[in-house]
Amino acid sequence: MPRDPEITPELIQKHGITPEEYERIRGILKRDPTFTELGIFSVMWSEHCSYKNSRLELRKFPTSGGGILVKAGEENAGVVDIGDGWAIAFKIESHNHPSAVEPFQGAATGVGGIIRDIFTMGARPVLCMDSLRFGPLSAGPDGTTEDLAKRNRRLLAGVVAGIAHYGNCIGLPTVGGEIAFDACYSGNPLVNVVCLGALRHDQIRKGRATGAGNPVYYVGAATGRDGLAGAAFASRELTEESKEDRPAVQVGDPFMEKLLLEACLELFAHPEAVVGVQDMGAAGLTCSTCETASRGHSGIEIELDLVPQREPGMSAYETMLSESQERMLIIARKGHEKEVERIFEKWDLHASRIGEVTSDGFMRVKKGGRVVAEIPARPLADEAPLYAREAQVPAPVPGLNLRDLPEPEDLGAELEDLLADPTLASKNWVWRQYDHQVRAGTCVLPGSDAAVVRLLLDELAPGFGSTPQTSNATPRISPVKYLAIASDCNGAHCRIHPRQGAKMAVAEACRNLVCSGAHPLAATDNLNFGNPHKPENFWRLRECVEGMAEACRFFGTPITGGNVSLYNESPEGAVDPTPVYCAVGLIEDEKHITTQEFKGAGDKVFLVGDLGQGLGGSLYAIRKLAKKVGPLPPFDFESEKRVQDAVLAAIRAGLVRSAHDCSEGGLAVALVESCVSGEAPVGGSFRLPAHARADEILFNEAPSRIVVSVAEGQAEAFAKLCAEHGAPCLEIGTTGGAEFSVTLGGREAIRRPVASLRAAWHDSLAKRMED
Amino acid sequence: MKARVTVMPKKTVLDPQGKTVAKAIRHLGMERVTEARVGKVIELEIEGGETNEARRKLEEICRDLLSNPVIEDYRLEIEK
Repeated sequence: MPRDPEITPELIQKHGITPEEYERIRGILKRDPTFTELGIFSVMWSEHCSYKNSRLELRKFPTSGGGILVKAGEENAGVVDIGDGWAIAFKIESHNHPSAVEPFQGAATGVGGIIRDIFTMGARPVLCMDSLRFGPLSAGPDGTTEDLAKRNRRLLAGVVAGIAHYGNCIGLPTVGGEIAFDACYSGNPLVNVVCLGALRHDQIRKGRATGAGNPVYYVGAATGRDGLAGAAFASRELTEESKEDRPAVQVGDPFMEKLLLEACLELFAHPEAVVGVQDMGAAGLTCSTCETASRGHSGIEIELDLVPQREPGMSAYETMLSESQERMLIIARKGHEKEVERIFEKWDLHASRIGEVTSDGFMRVKKGGRVVAEIPARPLADEAPLYAREAQVPAPVPGLNLRDLPEPEDLGAELEDLLADPTLASKNWVWRQYDHQVRAGTCVLPGSDAAVVRLLLDELAPGFGSTPQTSNATPRISPVKYLAIASDCNGAHCRIHPRQGAKMAVAEACRNLVCSGAHPLAATDNLNFGNPHKPENFWRLRECVEGMAEACRFFGTPITGGNVSLYNESPEGAVDPTPVYCAVGLIEDEKHITTQEFKGAGDKVFLVGDLGQGLGGSLYAIRKLAKKVGPLPPFDFESEKRVQDAVLAAIRAGLVRSAHDCSEGGLAVALVESCVSGEAPVGGSFRLPAHARADEILFNEAPSRIVVSVAEGQAEAFAKLCAEHGAPCLEIGTTGGAEFSVTLGGREAIRRPVASLRAAWHDSLAKRMED
Repeated sequence: MKARVTVMPKKTVLDPQGKTVAKAIRHLGMERVTEARVGKVIELEIEGGETNEARRKLEEICRDLLSNPVIEDYRLEIEK
C-alpha cells in the first residue's frame, strides 16, 4: 500500500483548509493531523457539511413555533405536526455541482440522498419534487451561443431523466416543482430536490449514537472510490478542469435504496433493537460517524477492514471520504444484534458490524487494528469555524426606462411569444417523464399552482400489510390528510433586489398553497448563491436570508431545515441569487382542493389584488432587453395577507371554481394559463381599465394577485367576502368561447383563438427539446 | 470497413446492473462468480477503407456520442 503523503502547506491548501483552520485543527488534536485526519477535517469543515460561511446568517431564520416537533439542524430533517398524532418530515437539498458534471447520475443521486434523509427520520417517503434552473435552450441575444444552448439542452434532458429514473424505480411520485431558464445558469445548473414523508409522532427517530458498547452496523452498497470528497468539490467553483477533477462519479442504485428504505422502516418498528440511524450522504462514513457521536454526546470506534469494499486496496483516507450511495449507519442496541441482522437479511441486505459506541467522545478509526484517525467528535462535527464574511453592496441593477422599450403593435403576438418562453411554457415535456401518480395519492397533478397529495394514514403506519386482513373484519376507513406543496423563487427578482425578491418568493409559495385550498404550515429552503468570498455575493446572501426570515415570521411558516449551496459560479460569473423556498400546507377538507384552470363557460373571473404598474423585473422586459432591469414592483406583507386570507376564506366557503397565482409573465399570462391548462381549453373575454401603457397592464409582475373564477350566481357573495377581508377585487371578465380576448379601457387589445395560445404554451418546450 | 465499439462502465464506477447479474448468477448456484460488469457493443458499417481521418472521426464519435466519458470507457476495434 502506498505511504500517506507528507502534510505540506500545499497539501493543506489543496484540501481547502486555510492556515488559520489548520492551526485550529492542531489545537483540537494537540498535534499534527495524519493524512486521513486532514481529509476528514477538510470534508467536515467544507461549506457543504459545516455551513461555515452561512451558519451565522441561517440563525436568523425562525425555526420554532407552530407545530414544529424536530427543529432545523437537530437531525437529518425537520418534523412538523399535522394533527391526529401524525407528522411530516420534509427537506430540500441541492445537487448542483454533481449534476453539472454528470447530469443523469448527479440528479439521480440527489434524489436518492434526500429520500434517505427522510426515511432515516422514521418517516415513510410519500413524494418528491424538484426546483431546477438551467441556461437558455436556444441561442439568443443574452449571449447564449448555439453550442451553449446545446449543452443546456443536454443538461436539462439528463437531469430530468435522472430524476425520473430514480423516482420511478423506487416508486415515489415526483409530483411537481418548478423550472426556470436564464443565461446566468449556463454552465452551472441548479438541481434542488425535495422529499416529504409521513410518520406518527412516536415514530420519530434520531441519528444518535448513545450507550457505550452498542454495536455500529454498516448496511447497503459497498464502498468504492465514488465522488471522493464530493462535499469539498461542491464547495469550490466549477472550472473547465472540473470534469477531470472528478475521480469517480457516484452512480445511484434505486433498487438498493428501496430495500434500505423498507428494511429501515421495518427496523424502526422494533425500537428496542435500534438506537440511531444515519444516512451516509456527503462525506459518507466520516460525517455519519462523527455526527451521530456528537449528537449522542458519546464516542464511536470503527475498523475499516470490516467495511464492505467494492474495490481492492482502498486506503483509510479513501474509505472515509468516499461518497458511495445507498449506505446507512445503524446504531443497534447491545443484545439485539440477531434481530437487526435478521431484518436486513430478509431484505437481501447484509449488515456488517464495523464498530461500537464508546464513552470517551472520540471518533476513532482503525485500519487493520492500527489507529489511523482519532479526533474528538464534537469539535469536528459542530465546532467548525464560523465566518462572517465581508459584505459589500454591489452596483445596483439599472432601472428600466420605458422609452427603451417601444410599445408593441401586436399585443397578441407578444403574448404568444411570451407564453412560448420555456420559463413560462407548460412543463409537460418534463413531468410526463415522471411517474407522478404512483402510490395513488396524487390529487392535483403537476402543472397547477401547488401539488396536492392525499395521505391515507393507516397505510403509512409501520407494519401495514404485514398481517393479512381476515375477510369478515369490518373494513376500517383510514383517516386522511391532504397536503399541498409548492416551491418558488424568481432569481431575477433576487438579483434586482435580494431582500424583496426573497420576501416575494415566500409570499408566492404561500399564495400557491392558498390557491390550492391549503393554509401554509412550514417550509424548507435551499440557498443557491455564488462564492461567498466575493463581498457582493455575501451581501446578496445576507439580504436574501434576512428578507426570507422576515417573511417566514410574518406568514407563520418556520424553516424546518434546508440546504446551502455556495460557489455556484462558472467562468461567466455567479448565478443569480436563488433562495428556493418550498412550503407545505394542509387542506382541511377534500372539498377545498382547488386547481388553476377554468372549469367551464359562463363563470365570472375576478382579479383579487391590484392591477399593478411598471415593468421592472418583469420577464417581458428582461426578454425584450436581454438584460435584467429594475425596480421591482412594490410589495407589502399586509396587502399580500389580505389577498391570501380572502381567497382562502372564499375557497372554504365553497365560492371558488378556480384560483391561480398571478406572478411570472403578468396578468395576461395568468389568464391564458387558467384558460389552457385544463384538459379542455376554455376561452374567455376580459376587460381591464386602461390606467397605463397596454404592455404594462398586461405584463407587469406586481405581486399579491390571484385570478379567481366563480360561478355566476356566487359572484356577489365572492366580491362581498373580499371586501370584508379588505382585499381589492375586480370583476374582469367571463369564461367561455373559443377565443381569448382582452379589452383595455373598452378598446380591443388582444383577440386570439385559444387553441393557438394553447399550442404556443403547451408545445414550446417539447419542440425545443426534440429538435 | 467495420468498426466495433465496446463501451464499459469505468472500473471505479458502481455498476448496479452488473451487481444484479452477479447476484442472480450466484442465486442460481454458481457461487464462483464474484463479479459481473455489463456494458454494450456497437457495430458500425463504414464505407471505404481505414484512414487516419476515419479513425480520428470514429474516436470522436466514441467519445462524444457512444460513450459517456465521465462514467464509461470505450474500446474501438477496426476490421478491414
